[in-house]
Amino acid sequence: MSWTAVLLLCGAAYALKLVGAVAAGRVEGGGTASGRLDLLVVPVIAGLIAVQVLGDGKDVVLDARVPALLVAAVLVWRKAPLLLIVVAAAATAALLRAAGL
Amino acid sequence: MVCVEDRVRRDAFSIAVATGVYAISFGVLSVAAGFSVAQTCVMSVAAFTGASQFMFVSVIGAGGSAAAALPPAVLLAARNGIYALSLGAVLRRGPWQRALDAHGVIDESTAMAHAQRDPVLRRRGFVLTAVGIFVCWNLGTLGGALAGEVLGDPKALGMDAIFPAVFLALLVPQVRTRGALAAAVAGAAIAIVLLPNAPAGVPVMASALAALPLLLRRGGAT
Repeated sequence: MSWTAVLLLCGAAYALKLVGAVAAGRVEGGGTASGRLDLLVVPVIAGLIAVQVLGDGKDVVLDARVPALLVAAVLVWRKAPLLLIVVAAAATAALLRAAGL
Repeated sequence: MVCVEDRVRRDAFSIAVATGVYAISFGVLSVAAGFSVAQTCVMSVAAFTGASQFMFVSVIGAGGSAAAALPPAVLLAARNGIYALSLGAVLRRGPWQRALDAHGVIDESTAMAHAQRDPVLRRRGFVLTAVGIFVCWNLGTLGGALAGEVLGDPKALGMDAIFPAVFLALLVPQVRTRGALAAAVAGAAIAIVLLPNAPAGVPVMASALAALPLLLRRGGAT
């Protein structure tokens, strides 16, 4: 496999992070938009969760990840430690799959 | 405050370990797709953005060319730019420091930073998560690339259910207003509607559009 492709990926990935970081520095102190760009993250993370739970390539599917997220949601609501949430979600999905779901 | 700080440290550690396990499967997949161990490790050090790396080696592993693998991988990396934009107050100001901090901007470090209310804790959450994941992601990559098929199927272990759970736990503290809740629901809806129709990476990025009403309204009010 060519190094060119690997380095292009690395360069592009870093450049995208850097562009955002530099732009954020410009906007900051620039008045009204300053400090409000953090609001961007809420819908993006929500979209990420949706794709990670329901996405299978380009398809939308319901599988063991959905009940796993529901278990996680209950634990989040009960303010459980993150480690417990992680283990419970993985265990739910693993057990349901072992049971043939 | 000490207690909250402990929690941030513990959470960052948990996320880093989970990511490290995932990195093993990246290492395995990458070598199986035809990349050398060195190339696999360079990707994890220098690209350092999991979803893009998986996309890149998957397309090539399935017989695609580099020209076919790059665009979707880069699109997936583009959301890190949006994250960096949202982290203006968390990243350090000096040009070299900001350039270094930028490398740590990924899903997990961003979500962890924004899950904290206090500015000092935001910075701490960002740094601990970014550094912890960087270490574990690269160790896991190296292990997977060297050892090959040592781990079972990540799906059978429920690994793919871990990250949505982590992000949910980090998202909930950020949803403090009705407007934020609406933005979250709309963001998820946008991503799912676009998923079958748009190139990979676009659906999650397009979720950011759901923040526009909030940005416009708050911008006017303050």
